[in-house]
Amino acid sequence: MSSLNTQSLTIEFQEPIILKSGAQIAPYSLEVQTYGVLNIQKSNAVLICHALNASHHVAGHDPDSGKLGWWDNMIGPGKPLDTNHFFVIGVNNLGSCFGSTGPMSINPNTQQPYGSSFPLVTVEDWVNTQARLADHFGIQKFAAVMGGSLGGMQALAWGIQYPDRVDHCIVIASAANLSAQNIAFNEIARNAIMSDPDFHEGNYYAQGVTPRSGLRVARMIGHITYLSNDDMAEKFGRELKRNPDAPKEYNFNFDTEFEVESYLRYQGDKFADYFDANTYLLITRALDYFDPAKNDSGNLSKALAVVKSKFLVISFTTDWRFAPERSREIVKALLDNKSSVTYAEIDAPHGHDAFLLDDERYHSLIRAYFSNMKLDN
Amino acid sequence: MKLPAIRADFSAISDWVSSHSSLLDLGCGDGDFLEYIRQQKNVKTYGVEISDLSVLACVKKGLDVIQQDLESGLALFEDQSFDMVVLSQTLQTIHETETILREIVRVGKESIISFPNFGHWSHRIDILTGRMPVSKSLPFDWYNTPNVRVLTIADFEALANNIGLHIIDRVVLHDGKKVTFAANLFGSLAIYRVKSAEL
Repeated sequence: MSSLNTQSLTIEFQEPIILKSGAQIAPYSLEVQTYGVLNIQKSNAVLICHALNASHHVAGHDPDSGKLGWWDNMIGPGKPLDTNHFFVIGVNNLGSCFGSTGPMSINPNTQQPYGSSFPLVTVEDWVNTQARLADHFGIQKFAAVMGGSLGGMQALAWGIQYPDRVDHCIVIASAANLSAQNIAFNEIARNAIMSDPDFHEGNYYAQGVTPRSGLRVARMIGHITYLSNDDMAEKFGRELKRNPDAPKEYNFNFDTEFEVESYLRYQGDKFADYFDANTYLLITRALDYFDPAKNDSGNLSKALAVVKSKFLVISFTTDWRFAPERSREIVKALLDNKSSVTYAEIDAPHGHDAFLLDDERYHSLIRAYFSNMKLDN
Repeated sequence: MKLPAIRADFSAISDWVSSHSSLLDLGCGDGDFLEYIRQQKNVKTYGVEISDLSVLACVKKGLDVIQQDLESGLALFEDQSFDMVVLSQTLQTIHETETILREIVRVGKESIISFPNFGHWSHRIDILTGRMPVSKSLPFDWYNTPNVRVLTIADFEALANNIGLHIIDRVVLHDGKKVTFAANLFGSLAIYRVKSAEL
């Protein structure tokens, strides 16, 4: 078999999910895309957790938009995570804006979109909904749960919350909590959205508008932090945005002068077209709140004492948003518990975005790791 | 069981490793020793390695490996957190010799350190004839060697004494056989079992 064997599903849950905040949601649904075939023992399932702006569409071309899945270079037949051997599940998290129940959904109690009344969700809440998803497929134990960035936080949380239900946690370009600097970046992004006149306290759907300019700024600031300084210097330098034959002189105005501005504006516009502002607020807050060591006075080793899964932790040398030392904190806590852990620090120039890009060392490592996986019966 | 191309020090090191213990192999390379010791004894192992290709080789063998430069110390590892720390034929490749030795005995309840003995008579003759030695235990030319520190058995023991390493045991080999007489002259590979003198 060499086809991706994609299945798109909407899975409805009637039983309320009680969130960490104490709020609950019912009913709710999760958008799911699966690739490959679940074996009879149901031992070859791999859950892919997405980061801020991604979705359940992980691999292959979307039949409607034709767009390629966000981790298509990683997942598919013959790819590092080989769908000829593994059954891969992509899920859109609760509160996101790609079809799963979120702020844009209709609240059954009011018959209006949830908007700003959608409860805050946490990484732990997502993991709980993902465990219910596993139940839906009859999967007792995932061969692996894998994610980058915020997705890596979910993979880590799986190891803590469901130690008997995941054999391998693959945590890439992630951290056990956000630094003050990281929270600060999120706050700027949220501030941009909430101060947009079209935000309307989060209930902009009824007004027929979206806080586009806020979303654009949020994306721009985010985007800068996903790239390394060297990467930006190489991609854009101080190049002016000009036609090839136009003189390379300043125009002395605030139009798009530099290539890097053009790039950021393009990224901001593209993002504002497809992403929901309330979801941006929710997901950045979930990032801020994640801190599994919080109940152990910041002692991550204590928090990870329950772990039974084997871990693969990967960081990228030029990633300053989720720097290698943040991954090493996770590695150290696992070592303190003598948990199985492999750690690789990939020397890649692309900053945080490196986890989404093709890199032979990175992909060879993931390929070798999955090839070696012994599937429980 | 056939164990081809086992490095001479593997079995000597293995004799000092207890079953049901934890072992950290610093500079584990492609994981050959870790694979060997896991076949010999029931041990919980980790390797530490800097090279991308070697890390990949370890992952292919299903070994736990931590990618890290030994020059920067062992901050990931708590005091006395391993029953055994192994530094097998790696000491001579490290610049921060004193740092790594102190770190090893901090992390390991016991440690094993092996290195090629520059004092072997054949190396001495090479030097006398005016050339840098190239031998089985020092298989590189001066211009392509990964070794940055060349030392003899006598040199190591002097340094060990200076920095508070207690030598528990020593085995010296040549061509895989134990050397018991004039070890610094007839031994090409030295293997030490040490611990911190303070503990």
